[in-house]
Amino acid sequence: MLKVTNYLTKTYGQKDGWTLAAYERDLEGYKTARQVLTSMTKEQVVDEAKKANIRGRGGAGFPMGVKWSFMRPHPTKPAYLVINADEGEPGTHKDRTIMELNPHSVVEGCIIGCYGIGAHVAYIYVRDELHLSKERLWAAIKEARAKGYLGRTPFGKDYPVEVHVHTGAGAYICGEETSLLNSLEGRRGEPRLKPPFPAQAGAFGCPTTVNNLETIAAVPTAFRLGCEEFSKLSTLHDIKDGGVRLFGVNGHVNKPGVHELCVGVTMRELIYDLGGGVLGDRPLLAVIPGGSSTPILRADEKVSAPDEKNPLHKWHDMSVLDVPLGVDTFRGLGTMLGTCCITVMAEGTCPVASMHNLMQFYRHESCGQCTPCREGSAWLLRITEKILDGRGTMEELDQLHDVANSIMGNTICAFGEGTAMPALGFLKKFRKDFEAYVKGEKTKAKNGTLAMGSEFATRMEGH
Amino acid sequence: MAFALTEDRDKQLADILTRYPTKMGACIPLLHLCQEQQGWISEEVVLWVSNRLDLPPAHVQGVVTFYTLFNQKPVGKHQVWVCRTLPCALRGGVELLQYCEKKLGVHAGETTADGAITLRSAECLASCGTAPMMQVDKDYHENLTPETVDRLLEALRK
Ligand SMILES: Cc1cc2nc3c(=O)[nH]c(=O)nc-3n(C[C@H](O)[C@H](O)[C@H](O)COP(=O)(O)O)c2cc1C
Ligand code: FES
Repeated sequence: MLKVTNYLTKTYGQKDGWTLAAYERDLEGYKTARQVLTSMTKEQVVDEAKKANIRGRGGAGFPMGVKWSFMRPHPTKPAYLVINADEGEPGTHKDRTIMELNPHSVVEGCIIGCYGIGAHVAYIYVRDELHLSKERLWAAIKEARAKGYLGRTPFGKDYPVEVHVHTGAGAYICGEETSLLNSLEGRRGEPRLKPPFPAQAGAFGCPTTVNNLETIAAVPTAFRLGCEEFSKLSTLHDIKDGGVRLFGVNGHVNKPGVHELCVGVTMRELIYDLGGGVLGDRPLLAVIPGGSSTPILRADEKVSAPDEKNPLHKWHDMSVLDVPLGVDTFRGLGTMLGTCCITVMAEGTCPVASMHNLMQFYRHESCGQCTPCREGSAWLLRITEKILDGRGTMEELDQLHDVANSIMGNTICAFGEGTAMPALGFLKKFRKDFEAYVKGEKTKAKNGTLAMGSEFATRMEGH
Repeated sequence: MAFALTEDRDKQLADILTRYPTKMGACIPLLHLCQEQQGWISEEVVLWVSNRLDLPPAHVQGVVTFYTLFNQKPVGKHQVWVCRTLPCALRGGVELLQYCEKKLGVHAGETTADGAITLRSAECLASCGTAPMMQVDKDYHENLTPETVDRLLEALRK
């Protein structure tokens, strides 16, 4: 069900919408943090937060309130809140809009989050390329500090809170939370073995909660509405996937963009109602639901859930395009909701060239710490490249499965799965295309198109 | 002349050091300051940073080599990054990169002969909804057309 809201996006597109004045005028800015700090205990904050059913917006969909409840006071060590704004998952373009257009929601979320988990310092880890985002966040922090919302006694409460922006230096892997913590500490951004989990030993060896930037930005709204009311805005409230969130749509649609909507919207609504339909009115080929690490879905796939106990039973035999985008619904489809930004591919797009493009990404971004990932990502790229160039064999096509399967479960962090799963997805859903390349029925020159009907590519023809 | 931060940047460093419980926490921000000042991270800078933060030079060097954005050799006056990853490629990102290569007469990864521009391909820059796009120094340029690219590249040559 398509329901547009503007709890977070009301300031978007407005003159000086990123300033404190706009935030206080349009979104009752900081009233919620004031109320929380002056009238609730930290235990109450965590209990309330659980009712919001905010599923982590960074990709894994872990319930935010539950994560907060893992934090236990340490006898000697301080606690930290770390916000993940590394936004590097290909196809994801939502966190950036919040930092640029509503940075105060992040700062207010940090105040409530710090109080709830018992931290006095929050670090917002922003990828280095996002210069405007960093600038707007620092400006918001400065404004909040000047008003006394941050500092020694926020809103008069004896509970110091400071927020800092930290930057990386260009490495997708630093979006993985333990790698991010290493990077925050001034080290190489290599993932750490878990356990210990960040709640036990995170930033600087201290108890730490890592939340995605959109996750924390949803907190002020949830507490303002009442967390249960917030959750009920979602049609998936009953399966604990609550509230409103940002949905992105990119690729082959007429109107790409980011929209704030109640959870429960479908891909069909995103593509045709909000995205203005497929470029050039072409038929739809496939959709990558939530960043390149989430396995691709074909437009002609149907839900198979004949068992009444299956949570997807309601949608049995319907198109996957009509299933509400939710953490558990999409897991049921054999893929993931991921970051909730969909990449749309029109008919005529080459699945082999698409996979090749993505394997270049994973090869480049593997941090090299684990052998299966370092070597496996290189093999996946090399073999896909051979097939795309018309030099591949059927044995090599099968080898792609073996390589992908030998990465799965054999790496320190989930980057390995994030590489292998989409590869296996392409191979399973588009086996015929790969075979056609091996048999020479299709070639890169004739069929290897990606930029179907997009303006720039069309203009370049014959250049 | 031996490397040292400018007075202004030294003040920024003092502020940065207050943000972290360890000196090591300042390592990446300080390397950014150094690169902003001299364009790349030379061996001399590595030694200076290791000295300033009481870290082994090998630690600092390890950090520099890990992250794509630290330049380990001198680069052009301006940095042009063109996103090549799938969502952008679906909207002409690859053609955009080829167009820039042709216009500048260099391959991705190279610097123009006059030292004005280093062209590089980038992985997803969180701008997939406004593709094709490129980053020029600190600024994003989105929804590009051949005309806007022409204008941008010409402006860099001046
Ligand atoms: C390879 C890899 C890259 C990731 N990149 C990001 C990212 O850019 N932003 C993000 O918020 N989470 C990213 N994550 C997920 C984080 O590890 C972590 O789950 C998340 O920040 C937790 O926040 P959340 O519970 O609010 O989603 C990534 C995970 C992996 C394995
Ligand atoms: S793919 Fe180019 S910005 Fe995301």
